[in-house]
Amino acid sequence: MSLDKPYLDVPGTTIFDAEQSRKGYHLNQFCMSLMKAANRDRFKSDERAYLDEWPMSEAQKQAVLARDLNRCIALGGNIYFLAKIGATDGKSFQQMAGSMTGMSEEEYRAMMLAGGRSVEGNRVVGEDGDAQAHRQPQGQAQQCKDGVIAGSKATRQSMHAGQTPGLLHGARNDGQGE
Amino acid sequence: MTDKVNKMAHITASVYTSHVPAIGAALDLGKTQEPYWQPVFKGYEFSKQWMQDSKPDVIFLVYNDHATAFSLDLIPTFAIGTAASYQPADEGWGPRPVPVVQGHPELAAHIAQSVIQQDFDLTIVNKMDVDHGLTVPLSLMCGQPEAWPCPVIPFAVNVVQYPVPSGRRCFHLGQAIRKAVESFDADLKVQIWGTGGMSHQLQGPRAGLINKVFDHEFLDHLIADPEGLAAMPHIAYVREAGSEGIELVMWLIARGAMADIAGGAKPKVVHRFYHVPASNTAVGHLILENT
Repeated sequence: MSLDKPYLDVPGTTIFDAEQSRKGYHLNQFCMSLMKAANRDRFKSDERAYLDEWPMSEAQKQAVLARDLNRCIALGGNIYFLAKIGATDGKSFQQMAGSMTGMSEEEYRAMMLAGGRSVEGNRVVGEDGDAQAHRQPQGQAQQCKDGVIAGSKATRQSMHAGQTPGLLHGARNDGQGE
Repeated sequence: MTDKVNKMAHITASVYTSHVPAIGAALDLGKTQEPYWQPVFKGYEFSKQWMQDSKPDVIFLVYNDHATAFSLDLIPTFAIGTAASYQPADEGWGPRPVPVVQGHPELAAHIAQSVIQQDFDLTIVNKMDVDHGLTVPLSLMCGQPEAWPCPVIPFAVNVVQYPVPSGRRCFHLGQAIRKAVESFDADLKVQIWGTGGMSHQLQGPRAGLINKVFDHEFLDHLIADPEGLAAMPHIAYVREAGSEGIELVMWLIARGAMADIAGGAKPKVVHRFYHVPASNTAVGHLILENT
C-alpha cells in the first residue's frame, strides 16, 4: 500500500489513478455507453431505469441524476467519460468544467477570457487560492452558501455542482463550442 | 553515404499543438471569424501555408484518445495505429465532418517492430476510430480540405489514467521512433507531431487553471533544453499546468525524434504561437525544422 501518490495535496483536484479507476469502472462505462445515439435516447427517456441496468453504487447513480460532477469524480468518475453525460445534455466542455467550480457559466467564461485561474495559492492544499476547500463554492454561489444550514456539507456540495437548476439540462446545443 | 541516407525515410520537422475540442467545433460550425476565435486561427495561418510549402509524405501523429477508442476495458500506454484508415469518431456530439484519416500500414508496422525491439512495448491497433485529439491538430494545420494531405500514423498515449508515461520515457521513445523511421527503406519525408496541452484543468474546483509563465518556460525548454525538460516529474505538470496539462509529455515524444538529440544540428524554430483561452485551455504551438 505504499504507492507513490505525490498528487494528493493538490487543491480542488482528483487525480484519476488506478484506484479511482477501479472504483469508477461501471460509472465510466455507463458514460461510455452514451456515445451511441440509441442509448442516449433510452437514458433521456428514463434516466433511473437506464442507470439501474449498470452495477453502479447508489451514490454513483444519485450523483449522475443530480449532474453533480464533483461527486461523480469523487466516486471514481473521470472527466473525459463524464463528458458523455454533458454531450447527452447538450453541454459544452466549458459548461461542464465551470459547473464544478460553483461559478455561473458567465462567471467562469469571464475568468477564462481574463486569462484563466491563477496558479498562485492553488498549488498545495493549505494556501489561500480560490480553488482551496475553504473558498468553495466560488463566484455568486458563495452568497447562496451563506444561506445553507451550517454543517450541511451535502447540501452545499449539491449546490456547488449544480448551482442553478436547469443549467446542466440547458437546451443550448452547439457541440463542444463556446 | 549521402546517397544511402537520402533513400531512407527521414524526419523533416516536428509540430506541436494543443488539440482543444472546442477549436474543432468552432471550425466545423463556421465560427473562425468570431472575435473569440479569430486570434486562435490567426496563429495557424502561417502553419497552413508552411504545410503546403513543406508537404510531408507521412505524419506520425502523437495524441491521446479521450475515452473514445479506448474505454476502461483496455488502457494501453502506447498504441500505434497500423490500419489502412481511421474513421473520425462520434464522441457524443456526432462525428466531426472531416475526411477519413488514411494510414500508412507499411511504415507503421515497420516502426512498431523496430520500436518494440528497442524495448518499448507498444500496443498494435488494427482497428480504431480517432477523436478530436487527432483530428483537431490536422484541422488546425491543414484547414478544411476534401482529403488530408498525406497518410497519418496515429500514435495514442495514455494520459487519462495515472500513472501516465514519464517525460523521460516519452523523450526516449521519440529517439526510438527516429531510429525506426530512418531504417525504413523508402525516401519518405516524415513529420512527427506532438499534441495536447498546454496548461489546463477540466475538473474540480481548480478547473480553469492557466499558467502562462509555465507554458512559456515549457516552450523555451522544449526548444533549447529538451533533455532537462524531460526530467520534470509528473507532479510538476499537475501542480503548475493543471491535471490535464500532463498531456504535454506527448510533446517530448516528438521532440525526442529530432536530429539534434541524435547528435545532429539544432532545429530551426520556424513558428511559435501562444494564446489564452480556447475554451478551458491555453493554446500553444511550435514548428521545428531539422536543418
